Amino acid sequence: MAKTLFDKVWERHIVVPETDDHPATFFIDLHLIHEVTSPQAFTELANRGLKVRRPDLTLATIDHSTPTLINEDGTRPYVTAQAETQVNTLLENTKKHGIETHGWESDNRGIVHVMGPEIGATQPGMTIVCGDSHTATHGAFGSIAFGIGTTQVGHVLANQCLLMRKPKTMAINVNGQLQAGVTPKDVILAIIAKIGVGGGTGYALEFRGNVFEEMSMAGRMTVCNMAIEAGSRIGMVAPDQTTFDYMQGRRKAPRAAGGEFARACEEWASLASDEGAAFDKEVHLDAAKITPMVTYGTHPGMGISITDIIPAAADKAEQAALDYMQLESGAKIAGQRVDKVFIGSCTNSRLEDLRAAAKILEGRKVQVTTIIVPGSGVTKAAAEKEGLDKVFESAGAQWRDAGCSMCLGMNGDIGAPGDLVVSTSNRNFMGRQGPGVRTVLASPETAAASAVNGTITDPRSMGVAA
Amino acid sequence: MSFEPLKTVTSKTIVLSAANIDTDQIMPAKFLSMTTKAGLGEHVFANLRYDAEGNLTDHELNSEAGKACKILIGGHNFGCGSSREHAPWGLTDYGFRVVISSEIADIFRGNSLKNGLLPIIIDKKAHEWLLDNPGADVTVDLESCQVRLPGNGGTYDFNVDAFSRYCLMEGVDEMGYLNKQDSAIAAYEAKIAS
Ligand code: SF4
Repeated sequence: MAKTLFDKVWERHIVVPETDDHPATFFIDLHLIHEVTSPQAFTELANRGLKVRRPDLTLATIDHSTPTLINEDGTRPYVTAQAETQVNTLLENTKKHGIETHGWESDNRGIVHVMGPEIGATQPGMTIVCGDSHTATHGAFGSIAFGIGTTQVGHVLANQCLLMRKPKTMAINVNGQLQAGVTPKDVILAIIAKIGVGGGTGYALEFRGNVFEEMSMAGRMTVCNMAIEAGSRIGMVAPDQTTFDYMQGRRKAPRAAGGEFARACEEWASLASDEGAAFDKEVHLDAAKITPMVTYGTHPGMGISITDIIPAAADKAEQAALDYMQLESGAKIAGQRVDKVFIGSCTNSRLEDLRAAAKILEGRKVQVTTIIVPGSGVTKAAAEKEGLDKVFESAGAQWRDAGCSMCLGMNGDIGAPGDLVVSTSNRNFMGRQGPGVRTVLASPETAAASAVNGTITDPRSMGVAA
Repeated sequence: MSFEPLKTVTSKTIVLSAANIDTDQIMPAKFLSMTTKAGLGEHVFANLRYDAEGNLTDHELNSEAGKACKILIGGHNFGCGSSREHAPWGLTDYGFRVVISSEIADIFRGNSLKNGLLPIIIDKKAHEWLLDNPGADVTVDLESCQVRLPGNGGTYDFNVDAFSRYCLMEGVDEMGYLNKQDSAIAAYEAKIAS
């Protein structure tokens, strides 16, 4: 029988099959951990006298609560003592259990979903979990990757397995030619605007069609990252030559010597959904109709083309969102005044994103506070090697150290109440970037263009083409 | 992470009718740096319950009657957003055992079931009734998988998978269950290593 990518990876990881009475016991190949969602899990392990079953399949970093600026004396200004304790608790726990950890001294340290792929830990066909809802990012490699809660972090630490029911599958087909200046971020915002924030609930998504086939790995990661914003825990793209090229030579990838890498590629290539494989649901979008997108409300499904006017509220909740955003239906979204710009997060903080922002900022000046935060130490160094830091600094933007930063503001990088922040992150929930902060989600290009004008700006007006 | 067995709950309800109440509203990000679970009930829906100066508001979640409620009625698509388990921890620490909505987000639902909080996705009509009748005396019967509304509100079935139901009714958790599968896991590990 023809099988989907999801089915193939799923079947390979079944330890005990599911029945009506109990879920499947499902093996996890890679467990990523960070400071926020792990402490209670380690405590639980200690309470039960258990050890970490597979420290070799566990990988840790610190990203959420970490400051992105260093004090002049070299110390780190944690937002609270509690944040520092949280980071130190992670470092102590991983040391005690022998888990590879990318702490302050590691160049690889960064947002967990940037770091995993960058060091080659994320590989096609794997099962990957993390106590973090944007874990679907790793599905860009054709792995089943999803976010779990701390209780499950404990399960994986103790047993390297989870109890799972098989989800349904949904194919999201985007075919046709994208217009110049339309980015992967715009594609995923358009998908979410179409299917809604609950549209993917209960499904594993597979992104299919020439648009994804032609997309870089960074772009695929941007798309899969936001599967959760459509209600789905899992988003996948079939591994292909683009994937293999990305994997080659990464520290944890199979070695070229002895044909190991070639054999792995062959196996990875076999994971793609078979011709005629049936999905439980299919959605189609015409690539040619997608334009640069921005959100105007308080969930990622409230997205429109940057050329559109703000639509009328469909219900009370949408009206409340408009009121919070201080936006009026009927007004143009382009041209709205901006207070801050944030370029970063696991959605858009990779080298390609930074290059895209730099292309717009080159030779221009920002009119509003603009914070640019690379996804990892390695990304930061690579950007600096290309001189992107100089471009940002001469444009008047701030260039910071890697971390989640203003994506959720846990480290204290937040806006002031009432600020309108154009942000390349993934969530525009009320108060996420600080109490009363109004978030507009957009691509790095749109964010950079908006920084230059101080208003929400279509990046195509600044002469960029994808 | 063990919890009290849950068989039948009868309680007045608290209604938060807005759609898309996300986990950030249930438990704002600033409380995620806590390294323990106890006491999170004080912070649940903090933005509704405390004003800018940190003083208690007159929201019903702060009232004695509110604190006695075990059943929370949420608007459509309750619990969307980040996977933070601090949301169900906060809700159970507050005293809730059941959350009812017409749609409940996946991860939140899974997290709830693992922490002794029963998420019920209910028929739209019953949901509307519940939204319109805050403080109603509602009975949730996990044995028969039914929600009974008072007066002529009616009785509605709900679904919960057999395994979660077993765990909730027995008060056992998944880690203990997984620990017992050690030999199957070891056999799988041996197979993939070869
Ligand atoms: S960048 Fe934002 S979404 Fe991504 S892991 Fe960090 S906090 Fe979560």
